Amino acid sequence: MNQQMRKDVCGAAAPIAIFVEASSCGISRVVLELISKATEIASKSPREIVAFFPCFRNADLASELAEAGADRVIVAKDPLFDTYETGCYASAVSAMARSTLPDILLFGATPLGRDLAPRVANRLVTGLTADCTALDFDTEEGLLLQTRPAFGGNVMATIVCPKHRPQMATVRPGAMPLSAAKKYKRVGKIEFFDAKISPVNVMSRILDITRKDVVEAGLESAKIVVSGGRGMKGVEGFEILKELASLIGARLGASRAAVDSGWISHEHQVGQTGHSTHPDIYVACGISGAIQHISGMGGSKFIIAINKDRNAPIHDVADLSIVGDIFKVIPKLIDMIKEQPKS
Amino acid sequence: MRIIVTIKQVPSSNDVRVDPVSGTIIREGLPSVINPEDKNALELALCLRESVGAEVVALSMGPTQARRALCEAMAIGADRGILLCDKKFAGADTWATAYSLSCAVKKLAPFDLILCGRQAIDGDTAQTGPQLSEFLGIPQATCVEKLELHDGFAIASSDFGDVIRRLQFDLPALVTVTKNANFPRYASISGIAGACGSEKIEVWNAADVGADPSMIGLSGSPTRVKKMFSPRLGREGRVCDGSPSELAGKIFSALLERKIL
Repeated sequence: MNQQMRKDVCGAAAPIAIFVEASSCGISRVVLELISKATEIASKSPREIVAFFPCFRNADLASELAEAGADRVIVAKDPLFDTYETGCYASAVSAMARSTLPDILLFGATPLGRDLAPRVANRLVTGLTADCTALDFDTEEGLLLQTRPAFGGNVMATIVCPKHRPQMATVRPGAMPLSAAKKYKRVGKIEFFDAKISPVNVMSRILDITRKDVVEAGLESAKIVVSGGRGMKGVEGFEILKELASLIGARLGASRAAVDSGWISHEHQVGQTGHSTHPDIYVACGISGAIQHISGMGGSKFIIAINKDRNAPIHDVADLSIVGDIFKVIPKLIDMIKEQPKS
Repeated sequence: MRIIVTIKQVPSSNDVRVDPVSGTIIREGLPSVINPEDKNALELALCLRESVGAEVVALSMGPTQARRALCEAMAIGADRGILLCDKKFAGADTWATAYSLSCAVKKLAPFDLILCGRQAIDGDTAQTGPQLSEFLGIPQATCVEKLELHDGFAIASSDFGDVIRRLQFDLPALVTVTKNANFPRYASISGIAGACGSEKIEVWNAADVGADPSMIGLSGSPTRVKKMFSPRLGREGRVCDGSPSELAGKIFSALLERKIL
């Protein structure tokens, strides 16, 4: 079973494969982020983009993947794939990889992706890099440069997999932007694949799946984020931020300090142990700028920091540093926005 | 019943820096401790021992100093401490680490359950547990908050972010435990008095566990660290002082320029 796919077996122009995580709500956004990234790599080093899609009731989503930029969508449809189960999915994805011999195989670094990818990597006898926040391709060496935070974001490491194929990584949701071009001229092919799955592949029985009673904060896909930290001083401080956020169509974020203080729920947390976000504008209010926070929002296009402490590290990463009292500046800003003539 | 708990010795804080010249991590002055979520795994093992009866074996791989982590695990309550220690294991990535641990686990067979911390605070990979279970060909449950043991099978609740998945699987199996599973106990005075003596820690080398030399250490690892660096932070920020109105005006203009308003 441990068929080894060495570099000589599958050359540099072999495909980039992406594992498709989907639910009844549709395709996970991170899959589209991975397709965007793969498209970028394929523009440097031409090759096919292949989507690996084990599924059952949501098999119709294959056409969405073909339109989103996958050249081929490999569909394995079976009742055993209806809900994620480690053993069945590991068998299916490994079989797809043995059949298509990809050079690169990517997963979203979701809890599911991080449950599945290690088992697939072992079956394919290759390396795996966890939770990457940046991917680049070295066309000379044919190597995927997989950059990831370690030590809670205090250190970045670039990992390569020189001799084994595919080069496998899980990639943090929200870490890579969706490419602006949504529709491609060509639409990829959909191919049905017999994963030869049977009950012997089942390792566990899913008894039930309970959706947590949480409101999605929508940080991964936000265009504007207004975020608050310890300097907001309490729930009342966040009420001011909520008003600002609703006026400018922003999502609400928070630092770990604010979440741990109970001023706002965990879904809003930005950073190493929360969400990653890279909006066009990130407004950091009363956030000191611990490295764990920066690792979740450092990729924002334009960062506005408001903090009365001139030496707060958040000012070092900001494009516009406002040294002032939030409780005076933000209400003034809210007034200005409200007084602005409607166009 | 035999429960194996994997233990990683890590720096007490992840507040480390990269030496810009050598590209290596500066961790001087930081004491080493048991990885926090490994303590949750150990706590779960000790609770299971109290309810169903079991031998709890703490297993680690690392340099000689890692005995200290195993001594602590025994002081907290583990029955045995085993250290995989050999220069040949050095520099292993998660794949080679999981392979090496799997050799030790096979030597400890029969076993019923392997408990691991979900992830370590230095590498943050969460990979070694699932890779270990694949080397052993046993079921896994990751990010587990609750675990019930039954006759020959277990039921786990996994925190998968927006959903909780409850799954049932046969034993032996591997479970990775999150910090929400429990509150780890401290070492008791009698535990500390009774445990260490690091001579109580059993030390096994690569040959002892029959590890294939081509699959261990740096040379057996599929991945390589190409470089390490500190995250780039600096931006060409404009620093603005002034009255609240002036400052609000600066933000207002920035939002206008970017067509937010």
